[in-house]
Amino acid sequence: MTEPAGNDVHVRLTGVTRAFELSSGAKLHALGPIDLDIRRGEFFGVVGPSGCGKSTLLDILAGLSSPTQGTVLFEGKPINGVPDGVGVVFQEDASFSWLSVHDNVAFGLRRNGVDAAEVSRRVDYAIGFMGLRDFANAYPAQLSGGMRQRVCIARTLVLQPRLILLDEPFGALDQQTRLLMGEELLRLWRETGATVMLITHALDEAAMLSDRVGVMSARPGKFIDFINTEWPRERDSRIVSDPRFGAITSRLWDKLRVESLKSMGTASPGASA
Amino acid sequence: MKRTGDSLLLILGILVLWQVLYWLAGDIALTSPTGTAEHLWKLLGTARFWGHAAETARAFAFAVAISLVGGVALGVLLGLNRTSGVVSEPILIALYSLPKVTLYPLVLLCFGLGMSAKVAFGAMHGLIPVTIFTMKAIMQIKPVFWRTAHVMRLTPRQMAFTIALPAVLPEVIVGARLGFSLTLLGVLIGEMFASQRGLGFMIMSAMGLGDMATIMAVAVFLSVFAIAANALLMWLDRAIPR
Ligand SMILES: Nc1ncnc2c1ncn2[C@@H]1O[C@H](COP(=O)(O)OP(=O)(O)OP(=O)(O)O)[C@@H](O)[C@H]1O
Ligand SMILES: [Mg+2]
Repeated sequence: MTEPAGNDVHVRLTGVTRAFELSSGAKLHALGPIDLDIRRGEFFGVVGPSGCGKSTLLDILAGLSSPTQGTVLFEGKPINGVPDGVGVVFQEDASFSWLSVHDNVAFGLRRNGVDAAEVSRRVDYAIGFMGLRDFANAYPAQLSGGMRQRVCIARTLVLQPRLILLDEPFGALDQQTRLLMGEELLRLWRETGATVMLITHALDEAAMLSDRVGVMSARPGKFIDFINTEWPRERDSRIVSDPRFGAITSRLWDKLRVESLKSMGTASPGASA
Repeated sequence: MKRTGDSLLLILGILVLWQVLYWLAGDIALTSPTGTAEHLWKLLGTARFWGHAAETARAFAFAVAISLVGGVALGVLLGLNRTSGVVSEPILIALYSLPKVTLYPLVLLCFGLGMSAKVAFGAMHGLIPVTIFTMKAIMQIKPVFWRTAHVMRLTPRQMAFTIALPAVLPEVIVGARLGFSLTLLGVLIGEMFASQRGLGFMIMSAMGLGDMATIMAVAVFLSVFAIAANALLMWLDRAIPR
């Protein structure tokens, strides 16, 4: 289970692009072309300027939208619809307002027909893991944005996906909580052996959590750099004091600064999260 | 608790106002609150009243079922497709604001006198608001909920019953409350013009006889029923977490 990042490919994208048809009839080239292999068990971080196509890439990996061109293989098979074994935490708050925290987290398990004892065991564990124990019976409206996002993370984790896609999951959290949640995510990643792709706008977060960080260009987003962090699998937020951490972060910023400037110069009013 | 107190205060206020109006206007225009209560009590003891009430209840039950089931179904169908929702909203609102009495001859032509015309008239009033509320609620479901449903590989059936329905329920209940009162109104108007039975007819014939006491008593009876039903739906509404 806890096998370290192997060399076998878990996800393979070849020549993937995505264009959107706008209501004006024009075509918006949002993404690619992208060639990317993510290894089984790898923690892959993605950074890129706003509107460069990160969420679009995630949608394609999750099988929620099809690439305009190119192919996507998950566990060796072409993606056609949402594949089994993929879990997603979206950028927007997706907690179900009509369910308590406990029932939110149990939602997917119950739909899958997991028996009640197993549901409650796994849900209790995930709720504790996410620090929501005191709020198990609360409703999302009673929680802060960050806590709601944790509900969504827990709801995804209990399904034990083999590939976890996270779209700026800690965006709504303060810096301290963010670091600690990052550590929890690392722990989870180690324990489950899952492959993780984390989209983030926080460079320190990407540098600290990832085995490898991909830097995307301004729209249409392409990978312009990959940085192997070479952190040990057993790591936590204390690596921020490692001199290499500073080096990685500043290399990320060097690449990203240029692209962010470009994307701000060309940002269209239609560009959205 | 505070709300219950407020409602009681409101009812008390209405009773006082009624009494004052009675003092001012006298017996010809109005009966007193106590006089009305007495008369209602007498009416409640007659088989004639209950025959009419049962008739109205039957028509109302049919009409409300059509308004709610039909309105929700129509609202879901229109709301699921963005374009149809956007296109049909102004049409529905125009239809809704149309004075429905003008359509009455048409209804009579189609359904004749009696039960089906009353039901049709009731449903005509209640169906559209329920449809509008349901449709808007469906259109406003957050897209990320659908995306979550897809990622969890829910079947369309599961999406409908575990996401769409609970997500729109609070709105639908608001629509149902409105539809409920309007349907009742529609049925009563129907009975006034096109029926020999029902509480609406009872009011109409009492009007012909200048029997103020009966008119007032039946009106009070209907108001109590409508207020109680509304309170029940409001309680239901508050019981839903959001
Ligand atoms: N459904 C769509 N229709 C049209 N254009 C879209 C659609 N979805 C995304 N886009 C456009 O594609 C581009 C990439 O969007 P995307 O959401 O993937 O960016 P992002 O990198 O996730 O941005 P952010 O960091 O702000 O979340 C943007 O210009 C956006 O406006
Ligand atoms: Mg995004």
